Amino acid sequence: MANYKALYQEVILDHNRKPRNYGKLEQASHQAEGHNPLCGDHISVALKLEGERVNCIAFQGESCAICKASASMMTAAVKGKSRADAEILIQEFLAMATGKLDLESPNHMGRLSVFAGVRDLPTRVKCAILPWHTLHAAFNSVASASTESERDPMNAPIGDA
Amino acid sequence: MSAVLAELTRPLVTDLAAFDAERVRADFPILQLKIDGKPLVYLDNAASSQMPQQVIDRLVRYQTSEHANIHRAVHTLSEIATAEYEAARAKLQRFINAPDEREVIFTSGTTEAINLVMHGYGRKFIKAGDEIILTTLEHHSNIVPWQMLAEETGAKIRVVPVDDAGELMMDDYENLFNERTKLVGVTHVSNALGSVNPVKQMIAVAHAHGVRVLVDGAQAVPHLPVDVQDLDCDFYAFSGHKLCGPTGIGVLYGKAALLEKMQPFKGGGDMILSVSFEKTIYNTIPYKFEAGTPPIAAAIGLGAAVDYLSRIGMAAIAAHEHELLSHATAQMMEMPGVRIIGTARNKAAVLSFTVDGVHPHDLGTLLNQEGIAVRTGHHCAQPVMARFKVPATTRASFAFYNTLAEVDALIVGIRNVQKVFA
Repeated sequence: MANYKALYQEVILDHNRKPRNYGKLEQASHQAEGHNPLCGDHISVALKLEGERVNCIAFQGESCAICKASASMMTAAVKGKSRADAEILIQEFLAMATGKLDLESPNHMGRLSVFAGVRDLPTRVKCAILPWHTLHAAFNSVASASTESERDPMNAPIGDA
Repeated sequence: MSAVLAELTRPLVTDLAAFDAERVRADFPILQLKIDGKPLVYLDNAASSQMPQQVIDRLVRYQTSEHANIHRAVHTLSEIATAEYEAARAKLQRFINAPDEREVIFTSGTTEAINLVMHGYGRKFIKAGDEIILTTLEHHSNIVPWQMLAEETGAKIRVVPVDDAGELMMDDYENLFNERTKLVGVTHVSNALGSVNPVKQMIAVAHAHGVRVLVDGAQAVPHLPVDVQDLDCDFYAFSGHKLCGPTGIGVLYGKAALLEKMQPFKGGGDMILSVSFEKTIYNTIPYKFEAGTPPIAAAIGLGAAVDYLSRIGMAAIAAHEHELLSHATAQMMEMPGVRIIGTARNKAAVLSFTVDGVHPHDLGTLLNQEGIAVRTGHHCAQPVMARFKVPATTRASFAFYNTLAEVDALIVGIRNVQKVFA
């Protein structure tokens, strides 16, 4: 259980203090709200696709440090990437957070692997993955998303994760 | 019989002249645990309390040498189990000073007790246009059943507001009554803020209007002496697992005259006198409301739990917990960035707070790293969170087995987390 300490590393604390791409995005082409009713975490993700490329992306909301840092690092990671590449990141991140990704094998997590420790904190997994679910919902132009509703597209299977 | 002897010869904390938390702690095996190598500091008692060895032993003895189904067979074990189950009812009756054993109904917990009143009383006596008064401080379990009833019948829900301290606004309460008011549902102690509501006064006001009152006592019974006759409440609900007893057991106290007029909540065995396909005659109270095989072991365990608490004394428990709360409150008020949510003049051992720049979930995770167990979130009381404009709080809730040193550990823990997030 030494992963608590591993989880609250400086990089996560830094992104919590100074979140990147935080705020409103004018003229977003895709947008979604992410909500975890169990803890009250709430974030919105807005992005502008040019063709299939994520040209701009921003998020805002009220959440814990794990969620905010995850959102901040997510926006930094997918900015400029194709939608298909972003979907691969979503898939791998969800797999990593739930302990299903073999970090020893080739993967695209890079700096995002600081969140691997969350797999040992079942109650905090949802905090880390909420932004990624919301990004997925945004790509599918779903206006509202939740971590709890079964009918919600956020709970739709994402890849094999 | 060795288990019985062992229990009888176990030194009782009541033998102590003064309350001694350290002595009491020795009764709770779980409090000796270490979390990540740190001694457990269990401050989540409002969610569920821990169980003393005396109750654990009682459960073992029941399962080892007394178990059978109750109220049915003529064999020895069934007679013992029945006698012990009914003895537990009598213990609960004395514990809350109910006038009559028949007024103590075993339920699965507070939630089921409230649902029983909703189905048994509400669906029979509350009609379209009638009004139910609830308060902002209610736990979801004393909101949602009434919303379900309102949806079904067309009744209306009126809500008593709270002030900035977390105290119910009594003038507004009195003004909510009219000729359509049928029921008041009020929590005795707020689970989210710790406010002790003036339920005796509220009941007197309601009765002056001819209105019945259901008190949610889940957070009160473990922390204060409760006397249902003194309160004059019509219904009083509470849970066993917050009272050093097992999960899956709770109590609904109801005045006999009301219980007799109510319809059964669940149909099945034990709640009937006779059944034919033409006509079924319901059993008398309390059995009318105890369909099916009840949680016999849990009821007997709860009986042992109230024996244990009675030996310590609820007044002594309340006094010790008040000391813990005062000690914690005084220190937190001095801490920059820490805001206590709920500053009612009369509070039970619940301390809800926020820390600037630190989300409650991060605080909870990092305190757990120090072995400190607190609750974070909305505490199943979202209207309270909305009233105080916070999405969530951290809640430390104390029990009589907590110590001043544990309060200090919490304070140090919060300071350390503030440093991490500075």
